[in-house]
Amino acid sequence: MCLAIPGKIIKKIDNEQAEVLLGKVKKLIRVSLLPEVKDGDYVLVHAGYAITKVDFQQANEIEQAWEELES
Amino acid sequence: MKYYDEYRDKELCQALIAKISSLTEESFTFMEVCGTHTISIFRSGIKDLLPENIHLISGPGCPVCVTPISDIDRIIALSRMDNTIIVTFGDMINVPGSTSSLKREKAIGADIRIIYSPSQALDIALEFPGKKVILVGIGFETTVPLLASVVLEAKEKNINNFYLLSLGKLMPPIIKALLGSHEARIDGMLCPGHVSAIIGSKPYQFIPDSYGIACVIAGFEPVDILIAIYHLIMQNINKDPRVENKYKRAVREEGNPTALNLINQVFIPRESEWRGMGRVKDSGLALRSEFSGWDARNFSVVAEITKENEQCLCGEVLRGVITPLQCPLFRKVCTPGNPIGACMVSGEGVCAAYYKYSSVKG
Repeated sequence: MCLAIPGKIIKKIDNEQAEVLLGKVKKLIRVSLLPEVKDGDYVLVHAGYAITKVDFQQANEIEQAWEELES
Repeated sequence: MKYYDEYRDKELCQALIAKISSLTEESFTFMEVCGTHTISIFRSGIKDLLPENIHLISGPGCPVCVTPISDIDRIIALSRMDNTIIVTFGDMINVPGSTSSLKREKAIGADIRIIYSPSQALDIALEFPGKKVILVGIGFETTVPLLASVVLEAKEKNINNFYLLSLGKLMPPIIKALLGSHEARIDGMLCPGHVSAIIGSKPYQFIPDSYGIACVIAGFEPVDILIAIYHLIMQNINKDPRVENKYKRAVREEGNPTALNLINQVFIPRESEWRGMGRVKDSGLALRSEFSGWDARNFSVVAEITKENEQCLCGEVLRGVITPLQCPLFRKVCTPGNPIGACMVSGEGVCAAYYKYSSVKG
């Protein structure tokens, strides 16, 4: 129910909607909960709405996990 | 695929499991409070790969499962009104009420439609102006902003045949009720990643502060969950319970302020009934009075008298007191084809997950 999948904003149409690439499928997604998103951003999509921006690079989780394992 | 595969990397998962196994021989029990976590843990086989001293139990994190029978009966009563379309997420139609289910009502003529996104309810309302279109609004903080957004849109666009049955529920109050009951031993909470994307990390602070329990916000891929378990163990070993965010790519400390404002604008906290846990103060959401024209609670329908199956132990399962394997109905009478309780209905239900993924031994 709280399932959300990552997608990439291909084209923000207006403050309400954007074309989002989910895997290999392009879908029209509501972006009204994330006024700041722009083309190229990654978002998590839940039930047709983008609910949060996803920042893979800044979070750097995978590298940190490896570092922790070696510590 | 980029950004998927590295979070499912076999080598990293194996290294994390080896590390987890080497940390301690002490026994710890961690609860995941989100149904999506439950499924991910079973599907990836994490439960079987963890050392025997690390136990995972599931909590009240599946919105379909925690909706009490009285609410199911109410939805059924609403579906029997004339000129009414009930719009719902899929799993709800299979949940048994006291004497019927939405599926049964649909079979005898009620207009019940399954949607993927709440916004579809407005499309249906526009398409059928002569009908009352009632959206069954279940969900936690992840879904509630979507429901709020749909209600606002209905008001702005004057869509007056759309109604929301507000059954939204809030995570922090139920976690507090659960921990306050001291029924199940819990050494750490695996906090729900997508609820946290909305509410941020601060609302969990009472868990370490008041209960001294470790707390890690986790994503849903196998690597995410293993990292979270590693940190839950470390917090216990170091006797340093706190809220750690290990889902930084999606969760900010402040959450999603736009979504939080929206919730606040449309809803007000109210007491809510949970399956197996009774009424919990401020754990649900009611529509604010300015939206009463769109509130499905204003329909006066008479729901049947609630009748629970006394043998169904859904409540105990949802509180983490027992596993489904300890329920006398599990796999014998209660199966996904003939669910007795909601935990066997929903794809995210603990019983359904045990049925699908676990061995008879568990």
